[in-house]
Amino acid sequence: MMFALINLSYLAAAVCFILGIKGMTRPKTAVRGNQIAAIGMLIAVVSALLHQGIINYTAILAGMILGGSIGIWLARRTATTEMPELVASLNGIGGGASVAVAASTWMQTVTVSGAGNSGWTAAILVSIIIGSVTLTGSVVAVLKLKGNIGDSRNNRLWHSVTLITLVAALIGAVLFTTDASTSPLALAVLIGLCLLLGVGLVQPIGGADMPVVVALLNAYSGLAGAATGFVLGNQGLIITGSLVGASGLILTAIMCKAMNRSLPNVLFGGVFGATGNSANKQDEG
Amino acid sequence: MELFVLSFTIFILALFVGIELINKVPPTLHTPLMSGTNAISGIVIVGAIISAGSSDLSPNVAGVLGFIAVTLASINIVAGFMVTDRMLNMFKRKG
Repeated sequence: MMFALINLSYLAAAVCFILGIKGMTRPKTAVRGNQIAAIGMLIAVVSALLHQGIINYTAILAGMILGGSIGIWLARRTATTEMPELVASLNGIGGGASVAVAASTWMQTVTVSGAGNSGWTAAILVSIIIGSVTLTGSVVAVLKLKGNIGDSRNNRLWHSVTLITLVAALIGAVLFTTDASTSPLALAVLIGLCLLLGVGLVQPIGGADMPVVVALLNAYSGLAGAATGFVLGNQGLIITGSLVGASGLILTAIMCKAMNRSLPNVLFGGVFGATGNSANKQDEG
Repeated sequence: MELFVLSFTIFILALFVGIELINKVPPTLHTPLMSGTNAISGIVIVGAIISAGSSDLSPNVAGVLGFIAVTLASINIVAGFMVTDRMLNMFKRKG
């Protein structure tokens, strides 16, 4: 009975999110849409608290109070001109949350019953990879938006870093899934590699393209949430995560169009030097 | 396996809903919409609550990670919705 109630609440929350996003696409209904989405989030949080596996509310309440206060402080304090940076930072924070959930769930399961099956491990890894890339990618994006770091002159170095970490992370992920490793150290190394990968992917992209990158990272954080849903077998997370992931991808495409850029151009223009940037010229010369 | 197939079906269908939701957004709404969907991606708090609550009171790494996850997700949600509201109200006054 409780199981059905909780899952129906997740459905109600998902409906709120759908109506909310729909509302936010039109100027007249945008404020209302945001409120509907917030109500959906409240429903989701309350139903998560009713979950029968929960035996200890101290950490949850402490985290919610701490995080909530920081959130209110951030939202009030931020100047209007700094809002894009704040959105990008929040995005990174969300990515960090996904990584923490995946790592925590993995450690709990491994200590209790040893390594899970490879499908489950793969879902954990997807959540960790996307979450970490979102986290450090957003940090770089925020610093570039603020102008603290300029556009990289040695893009070639970053291309190599990206390629090497990507290959290393993929090999690590495959070994992890097939060997069903239970070593926390191996997981930590893998998280470290993915964090580096996030820096390497965003660093070569020009500062002017950062809004598009933030929109894309936003879509990623949704997909990381969906992956967490697969890990926990939680339909509410899967629906909402994929909803945000897909709408984020479309929004990214629309923003690219508005800025007269193509998405592959923004993403890989930096990495492979296809747009004739400094790295490409060096190659030719 | 059955659960996975069911979950995967829901995943794909929700992707299509997400794609269909967004079309012809006026450029002024791009940033608020991004901010709003970012707040919604804080839904990962559901997973954070479950993982923070399922370890017992004795402090362990998994529990600490769960606590960190709840804190981060709460920041994302609260600040996300509040900032989106501020942005949208700004547009209202202008228009």
